[in-house]
Amino acid sequence: MLLVIEQFLNGLQFGLLLFLLAAGLTLVFGIMDFVNLAHGSLYMMGAYFAATFVAWTGNFILGALLALGATLLLGIVLEFVALRHLYNRDHLDHVLATFGLILFFNDAVRLIWGPAGLALPLPPWLTVPFQIMPGVYYPAYRLAIIGVALVVALLLYFVVMRTRIGMLIRAGASNREMIGALGINIKLLYTLVFGLGAALAGLAGLMQAPILTVQIGMGENILILAFVIIVIGGIGSIRGAFLAAIFVGMIDTLGRAFLPDLLRQVLSSTAASTAAPALSSMLIYLLMAIVLVVRPEGLFPAGRR
Amino acid sequence: MRTSFWLAGATVLALASPAVAGDTIKIGFVSTFSGPTAAIGNDMRNSFELALDHLGRKMGGKPVEVIYEDDGQKPDVGKQKTEKLIQSDKVDFIAGYIWSNVLLASLKTVVDSKTMMVIANAGPSQVAGELCSPYVFSTSWQNDQTPQAMGEYMNQKGVKSVFLIGPNYAAGKDMLAGVKSTFKGEIKGEEYTVWPSQLDFSAELSKARASGAASIFVFYPGAAGVQFLNQYAQAGLKAQMPLYTAFTIDELSLPLQKENALGVPGAQQWVNDLPNEQNKKFVADYRQKYPGLRPTFYGAQSYDAAQLIASAVEAVKGDTSKKDEMKAAMEKANFKSVRGDFKFGKNHMPIQNFYLQDVVKDADGSLALKTVATIIKDSQDKYHDKCPMK
Repeated sequence: MLLVIEQFLNGLQFGLLLFLLAAGLTLVFGIMDFVNLAHGSLYMMGAYFAATFVAWTGNFILGALLALGATLLLGIVLEFVALRHLYNRDHLDHVLATFGLILFFNDAVRLIWGPAGLALPLPPWLTVPFQIMPGVYYPAYRLAIIGVALVVALLLYFVVMRTRIGMLIRAGASNREMIGALGINIKLLYTLVFGLGAALAGLAGLMQAPILTVQIGMGENILILAFVIIVIGGIGSIRGAFLAAIFVGMIDTLGRAFLPDLLRQVLSSTAASTAAPALSSMLIYLLMAIVLVVRPEGLFPAGRR
Repeated sequence: MRTSFWLAGATVLALASPAVAGDTIKIGFVSTFSGPTAAIGNDMRNSFELALDHLGRKMGGKPVEVIYEDDGQKPDVGKQKTEKLIQSDKVDFIAGYIWSNVLLASLKTVVDSKTMMVIANAGPSQVAGELCSPYVFSTSWQNDQTPQAMGEYMNQKGVKSVFLIGPNYAAGKDMLAGVKSTFKGEIKGEEYTVWPSQLDFSAELSKARASGAASIFVFYPGAAGVQFLNQYAQAGLKAQMPLYTAFTIDELSLPLQKENALGVPGAQQWVNDLPNEQNKKFVADYRQKYPGLRPTFYGAQSYDAAQLIASAVEAVKGDTSKKDEMKAAMEKANFKSVRGDFKFGKNHMPIQNFYLQDVVKDADGSLALKTVATIIKDSQDKYHDKCPMK
């Protein structure tokens, strides 16, 4: 029972982290109709900035905030310099250009920080396991990720659904010519949305960094999951991304945790422990395939165009 | 139009010109030079180059040319690169290979073409057993051997039970099988993770804790070892369940693992402080040639690979067409290995000592790996009986 609770938290934590990454992606893809493969690079840059600033300031929180600002700025500059010239092209051009950006960022990082990767050590107060229930310990840092991600999700919901700027973003998603004709500076709006997406990716990257390592190409595997999530959740829908991310995080973690034991009931022990990891990593894609067959527009599609 | 015709003709002729037993010794070296584990390939290349420096960049009186190819840690890419080196570069020797799955994918091409091969890291059980081959040698180990040594050490320490975690690919399975074959306590559970994409081990760590085992054994080479140790420490397991490792802590991962690695033992056939002359020279010259870097066991094995190749080429005075003579020369392991002297089994896998290494603080406060004890003397892999070679 205690194990189930612990695995449930593991799934929740992973899902929320994926949500931060997917939220930025779905905003940019759904609202600006722009396919951004370099989203994973922004995730990586967030982690590298954090490792650098934390080492530089000696303070984890301050370094993380600086890194967040830096990723936001990087996103805005990137949009302004390169990406805004591509909005009128088709998706294949987006994919080509942003794939080029992945290569660019990977090599830029190799030049600046070297090939070996960096470590982002946690402050001591985050490294102790936290007792959530008698006998159930959970890493304090993973709990902190859950907390931060939930707060960001609420803020994001509030901004998009309850503020004027959120209204403009949603309006821009429905009909970009019309909102331009009404005298709204749609270009500025897009720059802001892209910057916001970049900051969210950077936040995901810097929060993941102490658990993993800061290394070149760290955003590429996880980006695939983020795309799966926005397909399942419905492109452009924050709510869809949130629910799909939690769903995917749970399936991934619980699959890894309990599938081997289930398989051992029917297979030999060695066969089960070999087949289970392969099978559990397929589960997510199976889910995506089913969603695409049953509801091709995703589980929670954003407003129709 | 006409020019392009002649150009095309010239190109065809150039490509078709037969490979003469050339004036250079050509060596192909396949390793990982891009992606998260590029640092390992880099260390292997550095050490191989250092060995060539020590050999005067000549073998059997002929200059040496090395062609490095990047496998990207992917079996299909490794196979393509191997084919390219053998078929279009026509190398005399092929060396390297970090990953067991990359090696297994590439092996057939090498064996079918009868190219001399020296494996500098990967040690899948198949290569030691039924897939052993006259021209294939290893300067590393068979995968099971190192964890077998660790299992022995855990017996010596009186460890009652263990939970095993490793990656789900050829080497991961060998490693866990290795511990299981020697460890006498109870195996409370074993978990395989998706390799190399899975970097979050929270689910496995939770299961390990819930299993009630007295200790954990892991095999996570490269960056995954850093991630595992981070998460193991963050989960607060360091005080509850001591960790035993194989190939998880080395000179590349240690600067990132930092204090997390302190006191975590590993088994190894080579440690930087082994007291033989060749090793002292290797470590000192490496640190001088590549400031800020320290050689790893990957590098030590690559250094030995170059020395083994040189011993073969010397034996035939540079005539690399005499493959059987080179094979006979290599079987003697007649060179100064940085791990100290060793012998080859009939399956061309080393019979060698395994040491216990520990992470300690250096005099200047930096972390370093140190030999603590010899766990097993003259260990031979358990698959050699399955090898049909005599």
